[in-house]
Amino acid sequence: MASTESHNASKPQGGLNGWINARFPLDKMLREHITEYYAPKNFNFWYYFGSLALFVLILQLVTGIFLTMNYKPSATEAFGAVEYIMRDVEWGWLIRYLHSTGASAFFIVIYLHMFRALLYGSYKAPRELLWLLGMAIYLALMAEAFMGYLLPWGNMSFWGAQVIVSLFGTIPVIGDGLVEWIRGDYYISDITLNRFFALHVVALPLVLVFLVAAHVLALHEVGSNNPDGVEIKKTKGADGKPLDGIPFHPYYTVKDLFGLGVFLTIFCGIVFFKPDGWGMFLEAPNFEPANPMQTPPHIAPVWYFTPFYAILRAVPSFLGTQIWGVIAMFGAIVLLALLPWLDRSPVKSMRYRGWVPKLALAVFAVTFVMLGYLGLKPATGIFPLLARVFTVLYFAYFLLMPWWSRMGATKPVPERVTYDAH
Amino acid sequence: MHIKKTWLVAVAAGLMTTMTHGALASSEGPHLASAGNDIFSQASLQRGARNFVGYCLGCHSAKYVRWNRVAADLGIPEADLKSIQFTGQRPFDTMVSGMPPEAAKRWFGNAPPDMSLLARARGTDYIYSYLMSFYADDSRPHGVNNLVLPGTAMPHVLAGLQGLQQPVYATHTGEDGKPQSVVEKLEAGDAGQLAPEQYASFVRDTVNFIEYIGEPVQAKRRTLGVWVVLFLLVFTAFAYLLKQEYWKDVK
Repeated sequence: MASTESHNASKPQGGLNGWINARFPLDKMLREHITEYYAPKNFNFWYYFGSLALFVLILQLVTGIFLTMNYKPSATEAFGAVEYIMRDVEWGWLIRYLHSTGASAFFIVIYLHMFRALLYGSYKAPRELLWLLGMAIYLALMAEAFMGYLLPWGNMSFWGAQVIVSLFGTIPVIGDGLVEWIRGDYYISDITLNRFFALHVVALPLVLVFLVAAHVLALHEVGSNNPDGVEIKKTKGADGKPLDGIPFHPYYTVKDLFGLGVFLTIFCGIVFFKPDGWGMFLEAPNFEPANPMQTPPHIAPVWYFTPFYAILRAVPSFLGTQIWGVIAMFGAIVLLALLPWLDRSPVKSMRYRGWVPKLALAVFAVTFVMLGYLGLKPATGIFPLLARVFTVLYFAYFLLMPWWSRMGATKPVPERVTYDAH
Repeated sequence: MHIKKTWLVAVAAGLMTTMTHGALASSEGPHLASAGNDIFSQASLQRGARNFVGYCLGCHSAKYVRWNRVAADLGIPEADLKSIQFTGQRPFDTMVSGMPPEAAKRWFGNAPPDMSLLARARGTDYIYSYLMSFYADDSRPHGVNNLVLPGTAMPHVLAGLQGLQQPVYATHTGEDGKPQSVVEKLEAGDAGQLAPEQYASFVRDTVNFIEYIGEPVQAKRRTLGVWVVLFLLVFTAFAYLLKQEYWKDVK
């Protein structure tokens, strides 16, 4: 038969692999996303953090499953359940420390991953949607971390949730009802704990996994950017493959394996020697059970939220409402999402931009770190003034970007990526 | 108005306490002495366990800590547990005080806090300094006050060992410009059963045990951590060599 002959021409596989591939595009997917996904060969240090973020996501999912097996989402039992995991469950302490340290590691890796995008203009066309999907992941991750932080039911869990949920109360008219709707109660209670648990272990992980899949698909559709900001698809060889591209596997799988080794060495160093992260990953007041009658001496969110918390505190209340600080805080995140349209530079990579954008990015990096530091500090002495200065700088970076991103002469972008074989 | 109320209670109150905390920190809170305990010293932990059972457990529970876990970790034969446990307690029971919390609250004004996680919540230096800083103060219900936690509800349980320190007052000008009487230092009063350095060592052992029960696995965690990190260093070295081998082809 003619149809059989045409099949023979493409040499169908035998065995289990052939059986699967006749019914499911397994080999096709592996080729498209792993063995024949061509990534630029000039990736540098900043390009480790994408694969590391994926690793930490899986680590959080796996350790989370085992924690869920021993945890009780109940206001009377949650705190004790965590101690049960820490003391009585075989290797429970390790699983819990991997998860709690993993949360902070996730944000470290994601912040470095995002900084890479700022450094090399990875959000610019044609990667706007890739950037937006990434921002959606970042938002979901913040929600996931926030909900998860309530689950140990320590005193900082309780008061942190109390403060953050109250932010929605500043919204005119509906704020009051909205806060009640989020908590499901008149205060942070057993009901709140139960719904945060449901969102933390089911809803948000599903959203995260879906968004990460979409992020990777979008990346593989448009192709990876690189430190030179050169589109490698523009220069293809006779075989139709980018001349500056190398297959993701084996080149980047082995390279990322090395990156993973370095990451795990540092990560396990913290897990085994400083699991409380110097009081930053696990905060001292959280070793006391939630107590609505006793406010911790100093309420601050976990470090990865503090840049935005500092912005919240820096904006004064006027017209009888505090909502301006809340708007500024959420606005600070929305502005990040708008980067592809705020940046008017003809050049992607910082390597070929003028000194003004370079200086602006350096100032922004310092601003973000300083806001994070100030968010951890009490609002006394010089700190509130500094927080306002850096809040202004934060917004200036974005709002003035359409102008400063075009300032200064750019250097000519090469046709091909710069790579030094050694 | 309810919006405003929620906001004020939750955030403003939180910020207020932050500010007072900051003010305290800037005007030098109680100076904490270093506990200097060694979590790897099993002898010290054993002495601390004995001190804890003898002097603390009467009022303070450690409700997450199992007797047999302590015995196993500290090298105490499980058969010896019977001599220090309350009657009727089984080896796997947790270290719960015999004092009913309701009665304790009536007697002291505060239920004595559970000790399981005190070292993690407050730090060992805090507990050490607290136990070193009781002094005679007739204005307090139990006749003692504490430099680290002024107005503490706890009586000086260890006065028989330490003796009762006497405060030396000095007059300072307060922030409001009025003279204030402040405890400048503590002097030895009536001698206790232990010499000062013996007492310090007694407290150090006790604090060591309290740190141990905060996270019983911590010594094992650190020992294991050395091997984990060593393995990862070797793994990373091989991963690097593997990467170099593949990347030779990339021109």
